[in-house]
Amino acid sequence: MRRTHVSTRLNGDNVDFLCEPRQSLLEVLRDNLGLTGSKEGCNNGNCGACSVILNGRVVNSCCVLAVETEGAEVTTIEGIAEGDRLHPLQQVFLEEAALQCGICTPGFIVASKALLDKEPHPDEARVRHWLANNLCRCTGYDKIVRAVLKASDQMEAKV
Amino acid sequence: MTTVERPDYKIIGTSPIRPDGAEKVTGAARYAADFKPAGLLYGAILRSPHAHARVIKIDTSEAAKMPGVMAVATHTDLPAAADKVEAIGESAVNLKELSSNILAHDKVLYHGHAVAAVAARSHFEAEAAARAIKVEYELLPPVLDVRDAMREDAPLLDENRHTKVMGGQTSDKPSNIASHNRFEDGDVEKALAESDHVVDREYRTRMVHQGYIEPHSSTAMWNSDDTIQIYTSTQGAFGVRSLTSQVLAVPLSSIRVTPLEIGGGFGGKTVIYLDPVAAVLSRKTGKPVKISMNRTDVFEATGPTSGSYIHIKLGIKDGKIHAVDATMAYEAGAFPGSPVGAGAMTMLSPYDVPNFRLNAYDVVVNKPKVAAYRAPGAPAAAFAIEQAIDEACKALKLDVLNFRDSNSSREGVKMVNGVAHPRIGAEETVQAALASDHWKSPIEGPNRGRGVASGFWFNAGMQSSVIAGVNPDGTVNLIEGSTDIGGTRASLAMQLAETLQIPFEDVRPVVADTDSIPHNDVTGGSRVTFATGLATYEAGMNIRKQMAERAAKLWNCSEDDVDYIDGELHCKKDSTKTLTFKEMAAQQARTGGPITGSASLVARGAGGAFATHIVDVEVDPETGKVEILRYTAVQDVGTAIHRAYVEGQIQGGVVQGIGWALNEEYFYDEEGHLRNSSFLDYRMPTTLDVPYIETIVVEVPNPGHPYGVRGVGEVPIVPPLAAIANAIEDATGHRFTELPISPRRVVEELNQLS
Ligand code: FES
Ligand code: FES
Repeated sequence: MRRTHVSTRLNGDNVDFLCEPRQSLLEVLRDNLGLTGSKEGCNNGNCGACSVILNGRVVNSCCVLAVETEGAEVTTIEGIAEGDRLHPLQQVFLEEAALQCGICTPGFIVASKALLDKEPHPDEARVRHWLANNLCRCTGYDKIVRAVLKASDQMEAKV
Repeated sequence: MTTVERPDYKIIGTSPIRPDGAEKVTGAARYAADFKPAGLLYGAILRSPHAHARVIKIDTSEAAKMPGVMAVATHTDLPAAADKVEAIGESAVNLKELSSNILAHDKVLYHGHAVAAVAARSHFEAEAAARAIKVEYELLPPVLDVRDAMREDAPLLDENRHTKVMGGQTSDKPSNIASHNRFEDGDVEKALAESDHVVDREYRTRMVHQGYIEPHSSTAMWNSDDTIQIYTSTQGAFGVRSLTSQVLAVPLSSIRVTPLEIGGGFGGKTVIYLDPVAAVLSRKTGKPVKISMNRTDVFEATGPTSGSYIHIKLGIKDGKIHAVDATMAYEAGAFPGSPVGAGAMTMLSPYDVPNFRLNAYDVVVNKPKVAAYRAPGAPAAAFAIEQAIDEACKALKLDVLNFRDSNSSREGVKMVNGVAHPRIGAEETVQAALASDHWKSPIEGPNRGRGVASGFWFNAGMQSSVIAGVNPDGTVNLIEGSTDIGGTRASLAMQLAETLQIPFEDVRPVVADTDSIPHNDVTGGSRVTFATGLATYEAGMNIRKQMAERAAKLWNCSEDDVDYIDGELHCKKDSTKTLTFKEMAAQQARTGGPITGSASLVARGAGGAFATHIVDVEVDPETGKVEILRYTAVQDVGTAIHRAYVEGQIQGGVVQGIGWALNEEYFYDEEGHLRNSSFLDYRMPTTLDVPYIETIVVEVPNPGHPYGVRGVGEVPIVPPLAAIANAIEDATGHRFTELPISPRRVVEELNQLS
């Protein structure tokens, strides 16, 4: 199949890639670009393991065609830390034991970052509502919700 | 709450950050589907659209000619497997049946049964070619429900299957009942007749899936020297190795299985589906082949756990459980092996029951072969007995928790399999529930109710091996073979650090492949922190002994005169002579070479786990929605090694139980097609469906482990189904005896009442 040339900004870098028009953003990230931090749990928009931030909005990358990212700004889990310094969400997820198997973790961190970028002080209900797109089968969500709230507190304390 | 004086642990009981943590929050950790060697081909599997059919003909000729296609495989590419049973952790499999489950032989037995496979240059090409394979079927009537399958005139899945009774003789007539076992003691008829009150009820549960977020994925390379490398998502690399070796008839040592990070399993990744198929396709193409399932494949053809039918007669006399007569039938799926035996053996374990008769039937139906799911068999059994107890208590006006306290099992009481409990924490968990803030807080308001239930799980021991090598700078590499599914690298490293009395950060654990560490059984049965922990402890003690021997030589004293205190070697005779762990480590080259501690063992004395849960619900009678208002899980964990991970195991198990109770089910149409094979239609709990899950960690140390560890992972899923049903009864006055208690069922059943 004919491949299309796409220019995008990915985790702060200008990135060019070739892809088939039928390929999802998730597939291109994982297979063509080797960014396997975004996970596939369902490939049809029901689990959030593939969450990325596209032009400031959190989306399921399995439901976005890669060609749609022409000229777009994309942030994946690989672009959340600053160099070797973990983002506060990443640090707090570790401290608060908010992961067990870890397969859902990239999606939760990306989605939570999109929330805190937009609303730095969500309450529990807001966090639960925002993260309802992301499935975790291991943790029962307790420690994930607490971690996001704690990260929000910490980030607030810094500013 | 601790029941005995706790030793002065330095590391045990804290909650350090896991050694594999940074990789997992940055996306760097490599899971099975992330593995991509050069030259990789992609596999796809054609699955049966029918629940029950004879396979007349498979025509792969057109598919083989399609663009990008490199190889096609069917069951004829698998060697004929022996009709023998192999143990894999908590369950056992018949190899012939396993082979027919991997690629169907003469019959397909469920919707989604794998029939043929293709390897191609891209997954698009592989999928297109799989669709182009032509299969001729002769349709047979499916049997989908456990009770229908037990009927004499039911269609048979296997005309050669006869019921094995009590592990011995078999029935004359062929049957879908694969086995019938009985556990019996006392005089049940008499005891029921003399009881003050008898509850007589039937309970039903549906098949549910483990629901791990990571689909199965396996990459195999069959090399020209006939060695095979497998990179896969599994709870047990050695299990994959032994099963694949049997299915492919190759020696164990020719297969190297590398377990990549695993994205959840809950028992469902203790078996194999893809590994031999990928290997065969690799042999045919000379290239590495990866097969990854999609979510529909996962639902249709992996997991699930049994649907069940349980009929209970429970007799109470003078406030005590006097008799239990139960008939239990569990769906095994397409091949025998439901966890009905474990269901029967766990059902009464929280209690002291003098008279019982439990008849347990393992029944095949045209649905996927079940796999272990967290405390396999126990939740459905608890759903039945814990509701019967609740009903009896309400009829007799007895407090449900006090009743459980006064009937509680304890050390010396025999389980139905005749084994006496060692020191257990059954009473302690019930008493902690009685003392909890949740229990003491009133529940008020219309349509609200509270329920409690208890549960038990055996926990497993089995085989573990570890190797711990001391580095010259005093750090330690811990090589282990138990795949880390939720933090066991940390819980093992903590035990080694505690044993050696060195900082946690100085221990670097790694999960090795099957060539690099001796045998380890599966990560299952809540066994890793206990059994591999025991091996880790022994390896640590072994290092201490070697260090003491060497210090004795250096100091010209006897080994008995060397003490190991707080990570330092001391000479009892001369207080000026000391060596820290780091100093001794630095001297290893001069004192006899590398210091390596290792241990290989069969861990005994796993020590059972008990839990008692309290839940408050609100039922909306108009929409049928049940909201969980508050949930408290009390559990005896022996000793919590990593406190936060212990809580996490409990919370995760509870929420799986909430899903099972309220929404999850395999929904089949009459022809046996699975109709809800997506996360949209198979409704697992989200953040919005649950509150924070409160945990009360009780610690009654397990005498079978130096640090008192008990497995914690499985028992938390046992009580929720019944606890929630009891709470809904409390809220509505109606007892729901069939799962899931979904909005539709709530509305239907409540409407029938009014
Ligand atoms: S993989 Fe994209 S939502 Fe599940
Ligand atoms: S940590 Fe396993 S799915 Fe969330």
